[in-house]
Amino acid sequence: MGTHDHLTITELRHKAYALREDVVRMLERAGSGHSAGPLDLAEIFTALYFNIMHYDPKDPEWSERDFFFLSNGHCVPIQYAAMAEAGFFPKDELMTLRQLGSRLQGHPERTKLPGLENTSGPLGSGLSQAAGVAYTLQYIDKQPHRFVYVVTGDGELDEGNIWEAAMFAGKNKLSQLVVFVDRNNIQIDGTTDNVMPLEDLHAKWESFGWHVQEIDGHNIESILDAASMARAITTMPSVIIAHTIPGKGVDFMEYDYRWHGSPPNSQQAKDALHKLRTLDGKIRGEHE
Amino acid sequence: MSKYPLVDDLFSEGVAAEPIRTGFGRGLKAAGEASEAVVALCADLTDSTKMSEFAEAFPERFVEIGVAEQNLVTVASGMARAGKIPFTSSYAAFSPGRNWEQIRTTVCLNDQPVKIVGSHAGVSVGPDGATHQMLEDIALMRVLPNMVVVAPGDSVEAEKATLALAENGKPSYIRLAREKTPIFSTKDSPFELGKAYVLREGADVTLMGTGTMTYQMLAAAEKLSEHGVSAEVVHVPTIKPLDEETILRSAKKTGRVVTAEEAQAAGGFGSAVTELLSEKLPMPVKRIGIQDRFGESGAPDELLEHFGLTGAKIAKAVKEFVEAMPQYHREG
Repeated sequence: MGTHDHLTITELRHKAYALREDVVRMLERAGSGHSAGPLDLAEIFTALYFNIMHYDPKDPEWSERDFFFLSNGHCVPIQYAAMAEAGFFPKDELMTLRQLGSRLQGHPERTKLPGLENTSGPLGSGLSQAAGVAYTLQYIDKQPHRFVYVVTGDGELDEGNIWEAAMFAGKNKLSQLVVFVDRNNIQIDGTTDNVMPLEDLHAKWESFGWHVQEIDGHNIESILDAASMARAITTMPSVIIAHTIPGKGVDFMEYDYRWHGSPPNSQQAKDALHKLRTLDGKIRGEHE
Repeated sequence: MSKYPLVDDLFSEGVAAEPIRTGFGRGLKAAGEASEAVVALCADLTDSTKMSEFAEAFPERFVEIGVAEQNLVTVASGMARAGKIPFTSSYAAFSPGRNWEQIRTTVCLNDQPVKIVGSHAGVSVGPDGATHQMLEDIALMRVLPNMVVVAPGDSVEAEKATLALAENGKPSYIRLAREKTPIFSTKDSPFELGKAYVLREGADVTLMGTGTMTYQMLAAAEKLSEHGVSAEVVHVPTIKPLDEETILRSAKKTGRVVTAEEAQAAGGFGSAVTELLSEKLPMPVKRIGIQDRFGESGAPDELLEHFGLTGAKIAKAVKEFVEAMPQYHREG
């Protein structure tokens, strides 16, 4: 829709921290859920929802919209936070996460909440759904101006379904497909290196026929530049390996795989919110 | 109720027969002609699942996926999100055999009108053996919320069923067989999703068949009539949602029910009928199907005989059942 692309890089950085605060509050209230991934994805979701993607929160089925697929559904708190901020639903509703009757299911369900394009949780299937949309846009409906964005985890890349989709997208040169891999190096049982090494990840995607970029996943400008580059590549699908720090912004969660699937308790949430505000204050300080 | 039009001389040697999958192929092409939204995806089995007619007529709407059944249904789920009506085909052993979770999450929970076409179901696949003889698909598909499950009785009906599924807007599974199945229905025979049909009236027992077994039930009823047993035959092409009214009406009339399917007796069509009857009209039921074992290599006819799925074998089992079980009596 482009109603938000007037935001400056500094404003986007602030917004990422505000979304992190929402995530911490939602998880504390819910009493269950995943902390590390949603926190480390704050910049990517901010860039997607407040600069990169075209959509209309008042008309989620808008026929000219870009598509977004969250493949690792457990990271949905950050998507809910971004969607509420973007105006898809009232921000109060964020506090209903994971509660009986809520539209904000523990893992995203398309039929429950307008604005979600898919239902995910079991890993490895979001990329192929996105590829199905990208194929349709490129070859059947012939709408080259619409893009399909995907976020996957790195642990999720253990799944065979991902590589089936990668092969399919490569074969068909699905150039309207842009994938962000959240390369935070952790999964439930430990580091990705210990559980199932993924390297050489860059070479893996490249050998499947993808255009590969590697960026600092917390640098808004890098994210915007990489997305822009991905859209300019018209001969193959694009993957952006976004190196992130799990739990980013909350020092006692950072780099610790045990926060993959745990929520903060109330004291931890209080500490986390304090840390996030301090960091956000520093960002403000840099620009004063 | 008007009489269901059946083919004449059903039990003659020369009765016409055709693979059920061939009817699907015709139906899919017709569905493609009727709606531009219909797309087709295949996992490297385009000819043998009879998707080739569609692929030739509408190459721009046909997507080759390769040997990747998880990708098959999830790409289809995405295409449905983009407004298409995707038919996905493979052998039933692989889809829905291999990709059940993807069907559960991205098709059923996600409520997208993806059509899972499972060809080569049942033991009549023949020499390929147990790995390729899908027997658990009905059970796997019918437990999924939102899913419609259809097993057409012959190729003529398969064509109608395919057209109907293109328009029902729901996740759907259609079960097809490889070998020629005798054709009992005519182009004027009715087909509606969710409806069962009384093919033959009787008084002593109701034989309920689905898929390839309906013709065998008709043959069994003919044989039983020679032995003084009057069997009603109900064809149930839609296993989910079940036509409760027709099934209960016939069961109430005859007081004994025998079901048959070319699939595991556990969890499948017979189980669905039994669940209904045990709650609404408890009575003796016999379920004919594969009894908790896998298939094996052999000629299709030999295998049907071996597993007791021919008209003659079914007639024998029904006769024993009728003699052993009192007819369920109801008031009024």
